[in-house]
Amino acid sequence: MWTLERNEDTEQQIIRETFHLVSKRDENVCNFLEGGMLIGGSENRLIYRHYATLYFVFCVDSSESELGILDLIQVFVETLDKCFENVCELDLIFHVDKVHNILAEMVMGGMVLETNMNEIIIQVDAQNKMEKSEAGIAGAPARAVSAVKNMNLPEMPRNINIGDISIKVPNLPSFK
Amino acid sequence: MPAPIRLRELIRTIRTARTQAEEREMIQKECAAIRSSFREEDNTYRCRNVAKLLYMHMLGYPAHFGQLECLKLIASQKFTDKRIGYLGAMLLLDERQDVHLLMTNCIKNDLNHSTQYVQGLALCTLGCMGSSEMCRDLAGEVEKLLKTSNSYLRKKAALCAVHVIRKVPELMEMFLPATKNLLSEKNHGVLHTSVVLLTEMCERSPDMLLHFRKLVPQLVRILKNLIMSGYSPEHDVSGISDPFLQVRILRLLRILGRSDDDSSEAMNDILAQVATNTETSKNVGNAILYETVLTIMDIKSESGLRVLAINILGRFLLNNDKNIRYVALTSLLKTVQTDHNAVQRHRSTIVDCLKDLDVSIKRRAMELSFALVNGNNIRGMMKELLYFLDSCDPEFKADCASGVFLAAEKYAPSKRWHIDTIMRVLTTAGSYVRDDSVPNLIQLITNSVEMHAYTVQRLYKALLDDISQQPLVQVSSWCIGEYGDLLVSGQCEEEEPIQVTEDEVLDVLEGLLVSNLSTPVTRGYSLTAIMKLSTRFSSINRIKKVVSIYGSSIDVELQQRAVEYNALFKKYDHMRPALLERMPIMEKTASNVHTMFFGGYVWYYFFTLNCAFLSLAIPPMTAYSKNGLKIEFTFERANPNPNIAVITIHATNTTEADMTEFVFQAAVPKVSHDLSVTFVLEWPSQSPDLNPIENLWRELKVRVAQQQPQNITALEEICMEEWAKIPATVCENFVKTYRKCLTSVIDNIYRNFWTIKRT
Repeated sequence: MWTLERNEDTEQQIIRETFHLVSKRDENVCNFLEGGMLIGGSENRLIYRHYATLYFVFCVDSSESELGILDLIQVFVETLDKCFENVCELDLIFHVDKVHNILAEMVMGGMVLETNMNEIIIQVDAQNKMEKSEAGIAGAPARAVSAVKNMNLPEMPRNINIGDISIKVPNLPSFK
Repeated sequence: MPAPIRLRELIRTIRTARTQAEEREMIQKECAAIRSSFREEDNTYRCRNVAKLLYMHMLGYPAHFGQLECLKLIASQKFTDKRIGYLGAMLLLDERQDVHLLMTNCIKNDLNHSTQYVQGLALCTLGCMGSSEMCRDLAGEVEKLLKTSNSYLRKKAALCAVHVIRKVPELMEMFLPATKNLLSEKNHGVLHTSVVLLTEMCERSPDMLLHFRKLVPQLVRILKNLIMSGYSPEHDVSGISDPFLQVRILRLLRILGRSDDDSSEAMNDILAQVATNTETSKNVGNAILYETVLTIMDIKSESGLRVLAINILGRFLLNNDKNIRYVALTSLLKTVQTDHNAVQRHRSTIVDCLKDLDVSIKRRAMELSFALVNGNNIRGMMKELLYFLDSCDPEFKADCASGVFLAAEKYAPSKRWHIDTIMRVLTTAGSYVRDDSVPNLIQLITNSVEMHAYTVQRLYKALLDDISQQPLVQVSSWCIGEYGDLLVSGQCEEEEPIQVTEDEVLDVLEGLLVSNLSTPVTRGYSLTAIMKLSTRFSSINRIKKVVSIYGSSIDVELQQRAVEYNALFKKYDHMRPALLERMPIMEKTASNVHTMFFGGYVWYYFFTLNCAFLSLAIPPMTAYSKNGLKIEFTFERANPNPNIAVITIHATNTTEADMTEFVFQAAVPKVSHDLSVTFVLEWPSQSPDLNPIENLWRELKVRVAQQQPQNITALEEICMEEWAKIPATVCENFVKTYRKCLTSVIDNIYRNFWTIKRT
C-alpha cells in the first residue's frame, strides 16, 4: 500500500530496488538497511525478516523503533499463519485480497493500528462472515466447497464398471 | 457473455506464463475482457473484475481505467463490493486524480453507516489516501467517531485524525476536546493509537506540547500498570505485557520531557524501573530497553540515570544479536558528543566491533571510533584504526583514510609520529586517499622543517617498492624534488641514512615519467621534481636532456612545462636558482593574492626585484611598449606600514581595435620579506581555459595520433572514426570532474600560480 503519491513506474522501480538491496544480504548480518535512493535515502530504513523463501520488508522512517518493527513483522506473520492455517507462499499469492484485508487491520495510513493478534483475527473473521452471508447464489459453489472440505469423505472408486447390470427392483411393500 | 473468470483462475493462468511477453499477452487479453465487462455496467461481476484489476496493478500493469469502477463499488450496498471498492481506492487513487473527490460523499455516508465494519472501511480509506479537501470536509465526522464508545471505531478514528492533521494542520485544535479522556480507555488498541495521535500533535505544535505536559503522570501510571501487571494473556508478546504500547508511551514521554525539568523529574523513577526490571533475553525486552535509553538521553535526566543508560548500551554491544549491536552503536554515536566520558569507558568494546563481519556494524564502529579519539588514546586507537584500514573493504578505505588524517592532525603526539602515520596510510590505502590530501600533506611536510631529511628518505624507499599508488607517488616526487640534496648527502638523523647517488634518484623519477601506471598529474609532478633537482644536483646535463625530450610530448601539460623549463635553461638561466629555491612555510589560510588564469597567447615577462628596493624609492618603469600596448609599473611604499611595497600595473591600449585575450602572468621569487601581490585581471568570455571541451579535443588528438594518418584524406577519415568511437562515459567523466576542477582552481588561486608550476 502506498501512502505517498507515486505513479506506477516509480512503484515498480522502488520494488525492484528494494529487492536488489535485500536479496544481496547475507544470512548473518543485521536486519536493518538504509533505504535506497528512491525511498528517501538514509532517512528511511528497510527492516526485513527472512522466513524460508519469503522476505517481509517494511520501510519505516525515523519515528519507528527498529527493534519494535521486527516484533511487528513477527506478529503479522503469526496472524497470517492463524488466518490461513499454516500459511505458505501459495496462500499469499492466491489470496492477495485477504492479505490486504489483514494488513489493513494492522497498519492504517502508514501507522500501526492494532498489534494484538487475537483482536485482529476476530475482526477479520467477522468481516469475512459478512462477505459470505452476502454472497447469495454466486457463493453457493464456494460454500459447497468449504462444506465438503470439512466432511470426511471415504475414498471414491475411480473406475465404475457399468457393464450389463440387471437392476433388480425390490419389491416394496405397499404402504397403507 | 460468459461469466468473467475468478481471481484465482487468473492468478493460476498468469503463473503458467513462462516469459514476460506471454504474461503481458495474458494480461492484455484479460484487461480487454474486463473493459468490455465494465462497459456493460455489469453489477454482479464488477467486484470480481476489480479484484483482478488490482492484482494486475500489483504486478505493475496500468489499471487506471478501473478507478471509476471502484467508486461504483463503494456506492454499492453490499459489504463485499464496498470492501474491494475501498481497497481499490486505496491502491489506485490518490490526490492527483480528480476522480477521488467523488468519493467524499460516499465516505461521508459510510462514516455514518449502521455496520461498524463499513464505518471502519471508510475510516481506513480516508486515513490512507484522503486529500486535504476531503479531510476538510470530513474532519467533523472523524471527530465525532473519536468520541464514540466503540473501541474498534475509536482506534481507527484516532489514526484517521493523525492523517487529517498531517494534511490540514489547522484542524488540529478541532480534535483537542476529543482527546480529553482518550487515555482513560481500557482497550489497548485505542490506547496505542491515542498515544500516536498525542505524539503527532505534540510534535507539530509547541502549544499542544505545553498543554499535554500535564498528562505525564497519567502516562507514567499506565506504564507502571503494564510493567507490574503480571501475565495477561491477551497482550502478551514473549512474556512481556504489550511491548508495543510500552515503547509508544516511552516515546511520547521523551517528547514531553525534552527540555522540561519538572516532567523529566516525574519520569525519572519509572524510567529507572523499566531499565532495571525488563527481561533482556528476547528481542521485545531489548526493544523496550532501547527506547528507554533513548528517552533517558533526550530528557533532562539526572546523571546517575544517564550513566545507567550508557551502561545498558555497553551491554548491548556485547550481545550476540547483531541487530542489538547495531542499534547500540547508532545510539552511542548520537550521544558521544554530549556524554563523551561515559562512552569512552566502552571504547575497547567499540574497537572490537571493527572486526565484526557485518558491514553496517563496521561502518558505525568506525565512525564512533573516530569520534572517541583524543589526545590520550591517540596512539592505541591509531594502531587499531590502521589495522582496520589494512583489512577493511574498499568502500571504507576512503572515509577511514580521511578520518585518520584528521585525527592525526588534531592529536599527533610528535611530528615524526604524524609523518609515520601518513606514510603508513599512503602505503596501505594509497589509491583510496582523497585528492585534496596530497596538497595538505605537502603542506604538512613543508612545515615540519626538522623532519625533511627523514621524510624524503622514507618516501624514497617507499617509491622503490611500489609506484602504483598515485597519491603516494605524487607526494614522494614532490619531496624528492624539494629535498633531494638532503637525500643524496645522507643527512638523516632519525634513522640510518641510506646511500643513494644522484643518478639513482634521477632514474627513479624518470621511471615515473615513462611508467604506464602514472597518471598525467603524476607525470607533471615528476617532471617538475626533476627540474627542481637541477639546482640541487650537479648532473645538470642529464636533466637538460630529459626536459628537452619532453618538450615534444603528446601530453599538452607535460609539453608546456617542458618548454617552459627549457626556456629557463636557455634564456633565463640567471633566474633559475631563485625560482627553484626551497618552498617557504605555507600558511593554511588564504593570503590576499588573487590570480585568474586564462589562456590564449601567453608570453612571459620576468622582472627582477631588487631586494634592496625597499630602502630606496624606485621610479616608475615601462615594462612593455609595443604594438600600441603599453605596460607601466609604479612603486610606492604603503601607508601606514612602510615595509610593504605596493606595485601598480597600468596597461594601456592605444590602438583603435579592442584587445582580446590579454594575459598577465607574474613569477615572483621568494624574498626575505612577505610579499603580498594583488592582481585583478579580466577573464574574457568564451576563453578556452577550464572549458571541458578542450579535454575532449585532447582526447581526440591522442587517439588520432595513435593511428598515425599519412595524408589529409586519411586524417579526415580517422578523425571522424575516432570521434564516433569516443564513448559517452568519457564525456560524462569530464562533466563530472568539472566541478572538482573549478573548486580546486579556486582553492589554488590564492597560492601564486608559480607554486603550482613548481609542484
